[in-house]
Amino acid sequence: MRLTQKLRRRPSRPGRSDAGVARRISDRLSSRRRSRFAAPAVLMLGLLLAGGAYAVANAALVPGTAQASTTDEDLVAQGRALFLVGCSSCHGKNAEGIPTNKDNNYGPSLVGVGAASVDFQVGTGRMPMSNPGTQAQRKPPVYDDQEIEALAAYVASLGPGPAVPDSEQYSTEGLDNESVVRGGEFFRTNCTACHNFAGAGGALPRGRYAPKLTGVSNKHIYEALLTGPQQMPVFSDAVLTPEDKRDIIAYINYTNEMPDQGGFSLGRLGPVTEGLAAWLIGIGSLVGFAVWIGTASTRTTKKQKKEAAS
Amino acid sequence: MSTTDRDLAQVEGDPIADPGLPAHLPRATDVDEAASRRAERQVAMLFGLSSVFTVLFIVAYFAFGVGDDLDTFLGFGASNLFLGLTLGMALLLIGVGTIHWARKLMADHEIVEYRHAAASTPEDREETVGILQTGLEESQIGRRPLIRNSLLGAVGLLVAPAGVLLWDLGPTPGNKLNTTVWREGMRVVQDISGTPIRPEDMEVGQLVNGEPEIFFNDVGDEEQIEGHELLVEKAKAAVVIVRMDPADVTPWPGREDWGVDGILCYSKICTHVGCPISLWEQTTHDLLCPCHQSTFDLADNGKVVFGPAARHLPQLPLAVDDEGYLIARSDFTEAVGPSFWERDNDEPGPE
Amino acid sequence: MSAETSSAGVAPSNGRSAAKAGKPSRVGAAATWADDRLGLAGVAKKNLRKVFPDHWSFMLGEIALWSFVVLLLSGVFLTFWYRPSMAEVIYEGSYSPLRGLHMSEAMASTIHISFDVRGGLLMRQVHHWAAMVFVASMMVHLLRVYFTGAFRKPRELNWVIGCLLLLLGTLEGFTGYSLPDDLLSGTGIRAADGFMKSIPIVGTYASFLLFGGEFPGDSIIPRLYTVHVLLIPGILVALIAAHMLLLVYHKHTQWPGPGRTEQNVVGYPMLPVYAAKAGGFFFVVFGVLTLMGGLIGINPVWRYGPYNPAEVTAGSQPDWYMGWPDGLLRLMPGWETHVFGTTWSWNVFFPIIVMPGLMFTILLMLPFIESWITGDKRDHHLLQRPRNAPTRTAVMVALMTFYGLSWAAGGNDIIAIRMGLSINQITYFLRGAVFIGPIIAFIITRRWCLSLQRADNERLLHGYESGVIMRDPQGGYSEKHLPLPEAKAYTLTARDRDLVLSAPTGSDGNGVASPTARKDRLRARLSRLWMADNIQKPTRAELEEARHHAEHEHAHEAALSGHPADGHQFDGRDEATGHGHQLSGH
Repeated sequence: MRLTQKLRRRPSRPGRSDAGVARRISDRLSSRRRSRFAAPAVLMLGLLLAGGAYAVANAALVPGTAQASTTDEDLVAQGRALFLVGCSSCHGKNAEGIPTNKDNNYGPSLVGVGAASVDFQVGTGRMPMSNPGTQAQRKPPVYDDQEIEALAAYVASLGPGPAVPDSEQYSTEGLDNESVVRGGEFFRTNCTACHNFAGAGGALPRGRYAPKLTGVSNKHIYEALLTGPQQMPVFSDAVLTPEDKRDIIAYINYTNEMPDQGGFSLGRLGPVTEGLAAWLIGIGSLVGFAVWIGTASTRTTKKQKKEAAS
Repeated sequence: MSTTDRDLAQVEGDPIADPGLPAHLPRATDVDEAASRRAERQVAMLFGLSSVFTVLFIVAYFAFGVGDDLDTFLGFGASNLFLGLTLGMALLLIGVGTIHWARKLMADHEIVEYRHAAASTPEDREETVGILQTGLEESQIGRRPLIRNSLLGAVGLLVAPAGVLLWDLGPTPGNKLNTTVWREGMRVVQDISGTPIRPEDMEVGQLVNGEPEIFFNDVGDEEQIEGHELLVEKAKAAVVIVRMDPADVTPWPGREDWGVDGILCYSKICTHVGCPISLWEQTTHDLLCPCHQSTFDLADNGKVVFGPAARHLPQLPLAVDDEGYLIARSDFTEAVGPSFWERDNDEPGPE
Repeated sequence: MSAETSSAGVAPSNGRSAAKAGKPSRVGAAATWADDRLGLAGVAKKNLRKVFPDHWSFMLGEIALWSFVVLLLSGVFLTFWYRPSMAEVIYEGSYSPLRGLHMSEAMASTIHISFDVRGGLLMRQVHHWAAMVFVASMMVHLLRVYFTGAFRKPRELNWVIGCLLLLLGTLEGFTGYSLPDDLLSGTGIRAADGFMKSIPIVGTYASFLLFGGEFPGDSIIPRLYTVHVLLIPGILVALIAAHMLLLVYHKHTQWPGPGRTEQNVVGYPMLPVYAAKAGGFFFVVFGVLTLMGGLIGINPVWRYGPYNPAEVTAGSQPDWYMGWPDGLLRLMPGWETHVFGTTWSWNVFFPIIVMPGLMFTILLMLPFIESWITGDKRDHHLLQRPRNAPTRTAVMVALMTFYGLSWAAGGNDIIAIRMGLSINQITYFLRGAVFIGPIIAFIITRRWCLSLQRADNERLLHGYESGVIMRDPQGGYSEKHLPLPEAKAYTLTARDRDLVLSAPTGSDGNGVASPTARKDRLRARLSRLWMADNIQKPTRAELEEARHHAEHEHAHEAALSGHPADGHQFDGRDEATGHGHQLSGH
């Protein structure tokens, strides 16, 4: 087995000549910004948002006015059936939510949350919640892809909301290093405060937490940004453009796959785990050596016996 | 408290006599030639292995690339891993070999050394004190207080030049901590991209990390801020813009029109020790500082709801300009960031 | 027992006669050459065979010494590439995710060292690990010295020097942590700016002077660099030299034992055994730190990215040694006073400026406080077991508990996510625990020590539990106790009796009130609190009495069972000790 591999990076590095000149990322960006109405409604989502464009935020487009094809109707019906069995006990028979008497929601209303939300929550296993807690946790999904699609179609039919992004929106294929760099800038400004510098997650008030970003698919990262699941804020496409989101995903992917140049990463949690390692491994092993140095080596009575005999 | 009692207690208190140093027992290596030869071989082997690792270190230095030609091994940087491993083992084995040598082969008779008192002998002491006194008398410093006092005064005053010389380390604070680059009409733009924000771009539950436009473009006659000045100004002017359901927001009197349809803008700089805060929970409207966990309720004027911060987050009043973009209506109405002694405290609040 | 008898009882070294010069050798020639010019033979003669007692806990300070040497070596390497400058550059090095970004020269050169200099990352990581281990080993060393009473006269000044070393080592670590100018270290400097501004009256000016203007300015990195590579290391080297000279002058402390008294020191000579062990330990420390540098990543500055005052990362923490005041900062309620247009930030000033100063002062004063309370002005060269100074031990355990709880608070967010807890609950809990915890720890430790002292006396008077179960004619069972070997018994009794200071009468014989009466009364009361509960070792009479009782029992047992079994038949000691001196009982 070949254990080592060469990672050849691009030998030529543009921009050496313009060192000292402040290059402004914003200029580059504005020329490439994508129209926010050029929406993707193909693939699975095209099925439900027929006729297809949705507006971010509270745009005036009303989905559902378009005629749904038979397959769509079947999908919605199947989704509704699944919903009634698996979700309605918390979210209500018509997904209108079940308020508790403490003015909270047992399960919130799903009207207008959109297909992207369903795809994220159910696709990452957060929904259905196995038991109520401070926060829905990521776990293996309960439903298969087709069922998730059906559930999403049903919830999307209840009111306008973000659709499941199409793969070209979140695919990082063909992105160059500049995008990764830009994504890093966005990541450090918008994401690290909660998710930590390496996407290892962080603590939030009252037992809640920002989850790890490792092992999350591009689509789900995109959907999380778009819909703001649970306590996470929304990063709508109008402000953080699809382009920006794609760059962020590219950066997360890059750093997740990057070799750990310094050795074991200790969970990338920062100085706390490093301090533990200094004490447990550093001081621990050195005290071990000190004990070895300080104990007398084994003694023998051999000589005495010989002398006694003679 | 009498010392005689104490001494008595020490003398009568030794219930068991000191049996004296135990007889020296030899080690296997002292009496068994084979064992000592084995130990010798072990030590030499450890030293030999160390040399092997040193050679491997040299090999690793040239064999594995860094930088653009990075070699990896099991997902780690190969150069760092092998350099550390080989050099570490080379050093460790020398150490282990030497200690093994000392424990097994070097003579191990314990030696008794007698202590001396830390203090000098009384004669030495007396003599030294005498010399000191003679010196002082000969200098006449005791008899001539005028000289003594003027010298002490002159040397004491030298603290002043030392202090004054450090004065130019930096400028005086002036009013700098009370102002930022925000002013009436300055657009609020998204950090990194520099894009201006329309109220309708923001959904309920949205968070935008914002900066004043002047960090990205020239604004009117003013030139874009760059370089160090940018860092200095950013350290005060960074903001977070959030949109909440207007029904949830409870502004203090006088702040009712500081937001636009539930869109509010707050300083991003924690009032505790100045970390930038952007951990916002859209469900609770709480903003948490990752440094020391101060928590601010953005629906309630940035009030502290938990943690060590003492002051609410300063809020930046917002409006919309002719082109429909969010702008500031003024600078912050109070100093942002951590407290400082000269900070004026007209605490705005419900009372 | 006096010094004379003890020294007579001691084998006069496992004795070597003084080394005599043999036939002229190359070593001899070199030594002669040097001595003709330096005349050091007199000093060398005395010190080359200097005795160092052997115990693992005596090596802890050496870990600190050797990691300091590693810090100097790796630090010099790093200075060849590192540029202490905040000038803005565009990064164009080999780490592509940051390529094209603006950053300070300090950050760019740090990434350059990490990725483009072979062995550079290794040296960075070795340097950082060595720094963490340096401070940690100083702290463990300090605990060893305190718990064994090695700080007592004549070594108080060396304790003070050691405390200064710990303080300077911490500052040195903090300045080094700040140099890369990455997001984490910048956040640290940002917080330090906030700390400074919280100081009443002079705080704002101090901040402006240090930063050369408003935070972050362009001066802080070069200034910290000068402090980090010149000022503090210079003082550290001087203090370490003084620390070790005093160690040589006072000679090392030792554990009491047969032949080991207040008047002597028993151990191995400097040449060759101790030199080999200490020198070997240097290579071991260097080797372990290098292995850590090669295998475990530390402070991946490239992942944090360059400092930007508008960015922050979850898990922003200082290095471990600054963790406890950072934890206190997190625990402190948000108290601030506003008077006459000025702001007094107790919430920052108290935990981060006052508390470390207070803790350090307490640490520094411990030897002087204790000797004042006990009135003990004698020289001490024999170490005490922690149990034999119960209050002292309990004081340090209480301080450690306070430290540990504050330290845990410094990692409350990591604890929260790793253990599924709420940072709020952890914080509320710790707010109470930092007050209650040390008190509980004090009481438990003190009681524990006293119990251990009782157990020691029990073993002296009634022997150790042999594991042999005896059955008496009534059918009752009891465990046979056997006497301790003489060496062990002696070691247990080789400690001083504690003498509580008595309160002086308020006036002298003529009825003149003593001017220090109040102070003396306080001192007497403290002295009582400090050691009145201590269990004293048995007197000779008590031991005799116990032995007599045991012999009686023994005879009784022998009469019952028909043969004089002393129990040593079962534990293999019958060969080593004579039957005549046995004392057994239960």
